[in-house]
Amino acid sequence: MIWFTILLVVLVLAALWASMATALLRATLGLALTSALLAVVMYALGATLAAVIELSVCAGLITVVLVSVTSLTQPRTFKEALAARRSRLRRFWPLPFVLLAAGIGLSFVRVPVDIVLKVPAADGDVRTVLWSLRQLDLFGQILILLAGVFGVLVLFRKEAK
Amino acid sequence: MTIVIPQSFWLYFTFFALLFLDGIWCMLATRNMVRVLIGIEILMKSVTLFLIAAGYLSGRMALAQALVITVIVIEVVVVIVIAGVILGFFRKHDSLDVGNTREMKG
Repeated sequence: MIWFTILLVVLVLAALWASMATALLRATLGLALTSALLAVVMYALGATLAAVIELSVCAGLITVVLVSVTSLTQPRTFKEALAARRSRLRRFWPLPFVLLAAGIGLSFVRVPVDIVLKVPAADGDVRTVLWSLRQLDLFGQILILLAGVFGVLVLFRKEAK
Repeated sequence: MTIVIPQSFWLYFTFFALLFLDGIWCMLATRNMVRVLIGIEILMKSVTLFLIAAGYLSGRMALAQALVITVIVIEVVVVIVIAGVILGFFRKHDSLDVGNTREMKG
């Protein structure tokens, strides 16, 4: 259990790095590291299929998209970057302390949990659940993907002369 | 059939809350659009962690994985569309400042 708690602490530290890093590229790498660590957590909890998808899609594809956005947007001058760094430090320095205090505070919370959930009786293989019980989710996923494609096409259409 | 959530729920809840707080702070304390997107991503990670922990604690991992896969698909589409919006906005206004998004009105 200790190694698992350490893994979760490292996950939060990676997310903290992603939000506090001065350079956008480092923040993107921090996010990729967070996704990879989350995939390890999922694997440790037995969610192997979701872990593989998290690792390939979130740590891979989304990182590529964010790096592309970062490289396609114009870099700042040295003076602008320095001023932005100072302003950024002013806004973000309390965050690690807030997280530490929240973590310590929440670790002492031991309210008895008597949540009783009514759940369906069967919970078999993830493929069976996904293809047989959650077909509407798949339909929704297809619609969302089509909406995404349509959105990108609208964004990058050429203006009529 | 009913399920009683065990005490280890608080371990996962603590780390979910920390990730959620981190994501909210990241979104609120910045004016850069890409960083707002990174904040949204961190929020999504916290929700994913909570879903997986809920599946693990309730013994319904297959259902939790199905939901997480749906969340990941939504996450990818959201990131790609927002990335497109950011690029389009940058080409038009030469800025990534969220304060300038008022010009997108109408």
